[in-house]
This record gives sequence, C-alpha cells and structure tokens, in this order.
Amino acid sequence: MKYWFSRLICLLLFAAAMPLMAQDLSSYEKRVSVKTLTNGLTIVLWQRPEAPVFSFFTLVDAGSAQDPRNETGLAHMMEHMAFKGTPDIGTTDYAAEKVALEKVEQTYAAYEAERIKRVGQDPQKLAQLKRAWQDAIAAADKYVVKNQFGEIVESHGGVGMNAFTSYDETAYMYSMPSNQIELWAALESDRMMHPVMREFYKERNVVMEERRMRTDSSPTGRLIEQFLGTAFMANPYHRPTIGYASDLQSFSATDAADFFKRHYVPSNMVIGLVGDLDPEQVFPILERYFGRLSTTPKPEELFTDEPPQNSVRQVTLKDPAQPFYLEGYHRPSYLAPDDAVYDAISDILSNGRTSRLFRSLVRDKKIAAFAAGFSGWPGLKYSHLFAFYGVPLPGHTTEEIQKAIYEEIEKLKTQDVTDEELQMFKTRTKADLIRGLASNEGLAEQLATYQTRYGDWRELFRYLDRVDKVTKADIRRVSTSAFAETNRTVGVIQTQTVSSQPVAPASKGAE
Amino acid sequence: MRASQSLFVQALLCFLLMAAVPSASQVKSWNQIQAPPLPAFKPQQPVRMQLPNGMVIFLQEDHELPLISATARVRGGSVYEPANKTGLTSLYGEVWRTGGSKTKTGDQMDDFLESRAAKIETESQSDSTTISLNCLKGDFEAVFDIFLDLLHNPEFRADKLELAKGQMYTEISRRNDSVESIVHRESRIIAYGKDNPYARVPEYSTVAAVTRDDLLSWHRQYVYPNNIIFGITGDFDPKAIEIKLEQTFGAWQKGPDAARPDIKFTEPKPGLYFVRKADVNQSTIGMLDLGIERSNPDYFAVSVMNEIFGGGFSSRLFNNIRSKQGLAYNVGGGVGYGWDRPGLTNIEMQTKSATTVEGVQALDNEIDDLQKNAATPEELQRAKDDILNSFIFQFDTPEKVLHEKMSYEFYHYPLDFLERYRSQVEKVTADDVTQVARKYVHKERMAVLVLGNDAEFGKPLSTLGPVQDVDITIPPPPASLMQQEPGAQ
Repeated sequence: MKYWFSRLICLLLFAAAMPLMAQDLSSYEKRVSVKTLTNGLTIVLWQRPEAPVFSFFTLVDAGSAQDPRNETGLAHMMEHMAFKGTPDIGTTDYAAEKVALEKVEQTYAAYEAERIKRVGQDPQKLAQLKRAWQDAIAAADKYVVKNQFGEIVESHGGVGMNAFTSYDETAYMYSMPSNQIELWAALESDRMMHPVMREFYKERNVVMEERRMRTDSSPTGRLIEQFLGTAFMANPYHRPTIGYASDLQSFSATDAADFFKRHYVPSNMVIGLVGDLDPEQVFPILERYFGRLSTTPKPEELFTDEPPQNSVRQVTLKDPAQPFYLEGYHRPSYLAPDDAVYDAISDILSNGRTSRLFRSLVRDKKIAAFAAGFSGWPGLKYSHLFAFYGVPLPGHTTEEIQKAIYEEIEKLKTQDVTDEELQMFKTRTKADLIRGLASNEGLAEQLATYQTRYGDWRELFRYLDRVDKVTKADIRRVSTSAFAETNRTVGVIQTQTVSSQPVAPASKGAE
Repeated sequence: MRASQSLFVQALLCFLLMAAVPSASQVKSWNQIQAPPLPAFKPQQPVRMQLPNGMVIFLQEDHELPLISATARVRGGSVYEPANKTGLTSLYGEVWRTGGSKTKTGDQMDDFLESRAAKIETESQSDSTTISLNCLKGDFEAVFDIFLDLLHNPEFRADKLELAKGQMYTEISRRNDSVESIVHRESRIIAYGKDNPYARVPEYSTVAAVTRDDLLSWHRQYVYPNNIIFGITGDFDPKAIEIKLEQTFGAWQKGPDAARPDIKFTEPKPGLYFVRKADVNQSTIGMLDLGIERSNPDYFAVSVMNEIFGGGFSSRLFNNIRSKQGLAYNVGGGVGYGWDRPGLTNIEMQTKSATTVEGVQALDNEIDDLQKNAATPEELQRAKDDILNSFIFQFDTPEKVLHEKMSYEFYHYPLDFLERYRSQVEKVTADDVTQVARKYVHKERMAVLVLGNDAEFGKPLSTLGPVQDVDITIPPPPASLMQQEPGAQ
C-alpha cells in the first residue's frame, strides 16, 4: 500500500513543471476511508471539509449491456423507476396500492399476450383487454403522490439530482448539505432496497419521448444507432441503450422488477461519498441503513465476446443533415495491458490545438471544422472501439476527411511520435488528475468508478504509473495492430434533401 | 444457583448482543429524521481592490490544490457590434488567442502552454469578452507573461482569422441540422425581434465582412483597465500577488469607457409560429415572452414562482405533463431574468408529433391554472425550502464566491446581493406569487413557437388558431465568398 505512493511521489517529483508536493499526496490518502458492509456494499469516503456539503455517486455495475434479449432499454427504464418512490415514499396507502399494481401487471400481461399474436389476433378482445389494463392503471394512480422522492431531496437542500445509464453501468447522484447525511442514507437505501414500479407505463412513454429526442430526431443519433449496430454483431454494444421502439412498447414493470432483483444487489454496487463527512460518525449510520439491503450474490457475468471483425464495414446514412464522418476500430477492454497506450494515442491525436488531427485537418489542410480520435466508446467494460470523426468545412467532403485521417494513422504506424508529444500526454494526464480533485461531484464519481473497475480506488493514482510507462514503440505497435482495414467500420452522413417522409414509423405500440 | 446466575448472564449477554446488531428501531423513516443544525459556514470573501486607473481586482486565495486560475472580463460584447458585421465579436473572441501576439504566434503559445498542461483562452459573450488562464502554480509566472502579452499586444494574424471564419461558415451551414439550435435561435428572434442585438444571427455575408482591422480596432476601443474586472484564485501568496498586480496593471493608461448601446425592447407579437422539419418525429413547443431584470424587486417572488411552476423534479409542469400525462421527457421553464436586460420567458416541452396540439393545450392549461391558483401553502413552503436549504451551494467553493462577486461588480449590483436574495426569498408570500404570476405570465401576450413534422400531427396546428410559417432557409453566401470557397453552399 505504501509502495504505490512512493512510486507516485517519485514520478511527480521528477516530472517537469509538476510542483505537486509529496505531503499533499499522502494527506489525500489519509482522507479516504473504505468500508465493505457484510452484505457486500462498498463505500469509499473522501473527507473534504472545505464546506459543509457532500456529494455522492452510486454506481450499479450493470448497464444496458445487461438488458435481456427483446428487452432493450430495460436498464435505463429501471433508472427512471428509481425516482418513483418506495413503500414509504410516493403513496397515500401502500397496502392498497400494491394490490392495484398487481392488477395492472395481470391486465397488462393479458393484453400483451393478445397484442403480440401474429396469427388470430381478435381486435375486439384486444380493445377490451387494453381498456381493462388502462382502468387498472387509473385505479393504481389514485394512490400516487407524484414525485415525492425528488421533492424530499430538493426541499432538504439537495441539488444536481440526476442519474444516467450507459452500456456499462447505471449511476445515481446529487449533493446535499452535510447535516442531511442520515436523511440521505434513509432515502438512498430505501430506493435501492424496494423501489416501487408505480406509473411504469406512463414513464415508458416518457422514455419513448427521450428516444425521439436523442435518436430519431437527431442526425448524429440516427447515424450512431446504425453505426454501432454494424460495428458490433455479438457483444451487447450493438444495441441502443435507450432501447428499440418495439421493446420500449412491450416490456413490463415485472420485467423491470426482475432486472432490479438480479442486478441491484449490494455486492454489485459501490458508493463514492465526498465532502464534509467524518467517517467515524458517518459509517455507523451507513451501516445501519445500507446494512438492510439483502445479501444476494453478485450476478454472474454473462456476455458474448465480439469475434474478430475480418471484414470491411460501412454505414451510409442518406440524410437531410450536413455531411459527417465517423470510423471505429475494435480494441480490447479497459483491462487490457495497453489501455494507457490507447489513451496516449487519443491525447496526441485530439487534445487541443497542438493535437495532430487539429493541426493537420483543421489548421493546415483546412478541410475540417473539427476532428478527433477517442477511445472508450460506446463503453469500455468489454471490447469496444477507438473512433475517429471529422466535421467537413462547407465545400469539403467526407472522402477528404477519411483520406486525411488515414494519413495520420499511417504516420502513427511508420514513425515514432516525438518526445515532446509523449511528454505532453504524461504531463496533461497528471494535471488533469489534480484538477479533478477540486470537485466533490467529480471526485465521488472517480472513486466509485475506480473502485468498481479495479477493486481499488487507488488505481485512480496508480494509473499515472501506467501512463508513465508508455513508450513510443508502444504507440507504433498498438497503432499497427488496431488500425487495420479489416478492423474498421465507417459511418457517413451523406446529405440528401428529402420530401416530408417520416424518419420513424408513427408509433403504434401500447401507449 | 450458579446455573441460574449463568443463565441470567447468558440472557443478559444475549440481549446486549442483539442490541449491538443493527435493529429496525435504529433505522428511522425519512420523515422522523431530525437533521442537526448545519455548522456555521462563513465562506471566504475575496479581497477587492481598485487601481487608480479604474481596474477592479478580486483576489481569492485557495490553497487546497497547487493551481492558479485568473480571468479578465472586458466590457463590450456581441450586442455592441454593428448589425452588418454580426459575428465580429465571436471572431474576435477566437482570434485574440489563436492569432498570437506581436512577438509570438498563437501556435508557439499552444506548444508552450500545452507542454505545461496550462491553458489561456479568450471568449466573447453578449456584453463582454474574457481572457483567462489556468495553470499549475509553478508555471504561473511564465503563463501570466503570455496572458499579459495577449492582453497588450494581440496580433490577430490573418491566417487565424480565415480559420475562424471557416469554422463559423461551418456552423451557419449546419444550424438547421439540430432541433435545439433552431429552437434556441428562433425563440430569441420571435421574443426579442429579429433586429434586436440579443437575437441577431451571424450570416455568411456578415461574417465575410469582418476584417483584421475590425478586430484590431475592437481591441483598441475596449481593452482598457477602466473596462476590466480581473479575478484570480488559487494557491498564491496574497501579499506578493497584490504587489505584482499593482505593478503590472498600475501604469496602464485609462481609455474611453465602453458605452453600452441603447437597446429597445418590445414585446413579441402574439400568435402561433411554425417551423416545419420533415426529419423529426417529435415536436418542440415554446411559449415565449420577454421576462424581467434581476434588479426588479419582483425578482424574488418570480424565482419562487418559477420553482413552483417549472423548476426541478417536483414542479407542476414536471408532475402534470411528464409524470401524470406521460406527454414529454423534456418539460419546464418560467419567467426569464437577465442581469441588465429582460430575460427570455420560455415555457417549453417536447412531445411526439401526434400529440403536438395536446401539448400546446397542456401548457395552456397549466398557465391558466397558474393564474387562478399560483401557489398552495404546501407549494410555497416547498419552493422556499428548495431555494433556501440548497442556498449553501451558491457559495460552497472559493471560486464560486469569486465569480459571483465579479458578476455583481460587472453589472453594478450590490456586492451583498446574494445575502439580500436569501432574506428576500424568505419573505415571499403566496400573494406575492399570485401577483407576479398575473403580472408576468400572460397567455394572450405570448408567442407560441412549434417546430415539428406536420405530416405526422394528430390534429392540424390550425385547430389552435391562425398559423404563421417561419422560414429558416439559410441565406446563401455572397458571390465573393463562393469564388474564395469553391463549392460552398
């Protein structure tokens, strides 16, 4: 445990223009306490007493990659449901509401069974079943106290309440005044223990609106859905996190509850807490509230590894929007030994005005308004993509962008990067780490993320060690193996003026 | 005897052990938890000084991390620029930094700064431009020298102006690709009027008209100490930095004060405005009007009203339109406020094409309801709790406090405006909320903007009244530009 710190100190002392003091760093480690409860929940707490506030970041190690087949969008749907309250919050009478919600599920199952019949669907029966289901919804709605969970958080000083779902994880966050820590523990343990699936089918419509906004009505949203569906065929990154429209119009509250039972277990969650919190006072409270979560084993990791691509793939979107160029190459997961090498390549290609893609495509060739290459997309838990993209200037084409990107890739393969470029990457990575320590919210996210991904939050600092070991030869080696023609998927928006054709069929689902 | 005693001890031990195990009695329901009082917190105030040449300086020490950042905010922004050169300050804000100084090109600065993980950036806003730095404290001297070089000797090299223009042409050519960008732009045009400086949009011709001389003369016209508010925060020695800043800026000669243009604000023309977009399956609706200035005494009641009506996870719009009706993912809004101009009042939602008309009607109903019943006692309490209990997040970092004070200084607000805000919000009553709702939210005065794909609408928009089409065609570039940029369109 001491080892990495002395490594880090050496590293920082010898790095040019890095006046980070050794005593500062050891004081950082003293600020951190980690506790794993007997049910498996891990809490990483960083004391930052600058102001009497705190931020948290709860990371559930399950995202849309865990969506069951035919139920895309379910992880994200569950995230929305986590704001709907508990038996204690959001209801006027839970006992009666519970019965009413069970009725909703029964009537929905009956309606759904008729709706999905390919042969012999009876329209009259369907309409009847739909009415029964909607009546059941109306009956259950009578007990709902709308958005009481959010109201409690906000009226007690909570700010920045939000959540997100990615392919890799689902996360919840907000900040509160530090005297509200017990209330916070009560609220968060309660919703991680028994969220109630109330207003599920209305929320499904809300998520459909989110899909229309992010995917259907946005040119890059449309391209990305097609692109990922092409770049991946086996690994779950080929499906949209938001979900396909037909899945969003068929899965049930029961499906979401099953997802919750399987994945929202304490051993599959980490909480990062940062702020004016004394671990000696806070940990007993956390144990009391979060200790209530049941001891269920972490779900088995099930996934299909993407087979080697061995083919050239291209998606061309004929779209009213202006041209856009995107390409991606498969790379192994974040645990690969070369992870930091990919970060070096991304930094050298894309970080700021000294980056290669900016200087070549934007400044010198004057063909692009913007161009970059980046890693970790669309997730990084499994094998994923190193992607490049470029926005052509008016009068310039995606073919020119593609050619210029290939030239830059060729350079990476055939010539070493300069000492200055490599050093710049290392210096910036260290400085970014220091800058990241200034925000409770950001730090809580980092702690939860590193603890989840590596089993130890200290990897946040150890990463610098891996960065320092990256060599010019590594960059050439990795570029040569990754950036191969048969490992590439290209996505292009080709401008085409269209008449008023709807882009997505008008929804006919169970709304 | 022994046996019974030991049994007793065992029972006692057992009881004690059980008590040590977390029991349900130690876990309280959320509404039984009494929070202890929040520890007293006096946020550190920056030191304010004013040099004889008029420059205002704020120093805010913060020794937590070995970093320093600084910003100079200069009066004069896009609303000061001539209409036929709309986009001038955007170009200025970009090329001030990229164009380098008399002795160093922007590219040389890039190399120097990036190798130290340091940043110097320039930007423009509607009423000001800024130059800012951020670096590790050991690099401060060297980075600050470049900052000063750019402040005093910018060169606005022609190649970088051309580069910046190319990027603006790209933005213009793509401005109808994104729903958000169309709605943002057209809302301002409808609410403020197309010739109002707060609504003007750069076009190919106005960007093409900007010359390097324009940038040089902008700099000559505005960048003087009497037009600048300078703030610095980070790990520095306050005495040493104070002396350094006095020496650095003290000898700088005053220049003419930036004269704020006299801008007339007229209310939007009520009606239904429609932007047709064939490649969407969701409509965006915005109910628009002019809002108020923050200095308006009604500002405090308005912020409480906004919280009740359209702010956060428990507002009426969120509860009724999103959670209850499932009509929208995005819904919210309220009366807008600006520092020194009326803000943009915008009550907005997005809903599937088929329910566009229902969406407008749902917002209408909420506005009607607001007129009749602006705040129940519970809503008033909740809204005030939301604002007051989270008040600490307005000043929980030294940097936030610094930026807050810099804004007050820039807009000539009292420096204790934040404290006043708190005590004024505490005093807001349900009557106050009703009054501001009736004073500032008028359905019949509002312009309604709808963007959508009318081929999919469930009911025609005209069910709501006469519809005025908004033409968003991008005016083509002038011929001179076409020759320069073959194929530009």
